[in-house]
Amino acid sequence: MNSLSKYNEIFCEIFNVDNSVLNDEFTANTVEKWDSITQMSLINRLEDCFDIMFEIDDITEFVSYTKGKELLKKYSIEIQ
Amino acid sequence: MKELEGKVALVTGTSRGIGKCIAEELAVNGAIVYANARKENCLNDWANELNQKYSGTIYPIYFDVTDFEKMKLEVYKVWKENQKIDVLVNNAGIEYNENIGMLKREHISEMFAVNTISVIELTQIVAKFMMRNKKGSIINVASVVARYGSSGQSVYSATKGAVISFTKSAAKELGKYKIRVNAVAPGLNDTDMITETSEDYLQRRIDNIALGRIGKPKDVANSVIFLASDMSEYISGQVLGIDGAVCM
Repeated sequence: MNSLSKYNEIFCEIFNVDNSVLNDEFTANTVEKWDSITQMSLINRLEDCFDIMFEIDDITEFVSYTKGKELLKKYSIEIQ
Repeated sequence: MKELEGKVALVTGTSRGIGKCIAEELAVNGAIVYANARKENCLNDWANELNQKYSGTIYPIYFDVTDFEKMKLEVYKVWKENQKIDVLVNNAGIEYNENIGMLKREHISEMFAVNTISVIELTQIVAKFMMRNKKGSIINVASVVARYGSSGQSVYSATKGAVISFTKSAAKELGKYKIRVNAVAPGLNDTDMITETSEDYLQRRIDNIALGRIGKPKDVANSVIFLASDMSEYISGQVLGIDGAVCM
C-alpha cells in the first residue's frame, strides 16, 4: 500500500467517510465530525502508521486533509 | 495477582525520597517501572538490586524534565517498547525556601520549570499515548503547602498550586479518553529535604499533625499505588492530602 492509500485509509476510518470526499475542501471548518477528539485520534493513527512523532505546533496546524500532507513532508513522509 | 501486574509506569524524580519510594512500591506491586533521574547511571545499581527482589521491573531512564525534546524522545522509546503507558507519576520537584523580598529570579524560574511546566509538558506527551489505549492514570505530586500556604514557601507553594489547578482541568479534558488525573499533596515528609531543619521547628510542625507523626515516603507511595490501580477507576480530578490531618 502506498503512502497516499495509507493516509486516505486513516482519514476514511477516523471520519467515517468515503475516499471520494477527501480533497482540499476537507478541513476542520467544513467537516462537522472534525473536533479535538477526532483530531487527536487522527494524529495518533498517523504517528503509528508512519512511525513519527508530531511537534505540538504541527498538531495544532493540522487542520485539513491537504495541510496534513504538507506537514508530513517535514517528517520525510511524501504522501503520493 | 498483584494490583499493578504488567502495568507500565513512568515516574519522574526517582533518585531519592518520595520518588524513589514510589518507584519501588510500583515495582513491588508488579508494575514495569521506568524510573527517571537527571544524572546518567545514578539509578543503575539500585534498579539492579530491586529487579532481583521483586516481580516488577525497574528500568532507569535518564532525562532532565526541563528538556522537552529529550523527554519526548525517551517517552517515545517507552511507548515503542511496550505499546502502552498506563501510569505517569509527575514527582520531580525542587524547592528553594526564600522570603518575599529575597526571592531570586533564577530560583523562581527554576522552580516553575521543574515543578510546574515539566508536569504540563510531560502530561501532554504521555497523554497522547494513553489516548491510544483509552486508559491511563496520571498522578501529580503536589504539596500540602499548595492548599494551605506556608511562610517562606510562597513560590514553591505557587508552583504546586498550579499543579493542582492543572490536575483538575486535565482530569476534565482527558476524561473522555478514560484517562484519570489526580494529585497527591504530601505534608511534612521524612526525606532529605528536611535534614537541615532544626529539631525545635520540626517538633512544632509535628505538634500540628493530628496523627502525631511526620509522614513517610511510603505513606505517599501507598496513595499513588491506589490512584494508579483500578481500585480508583472512578476517581479523577481529586487532590488527596497525605498529611496526617495537619493544621497549618
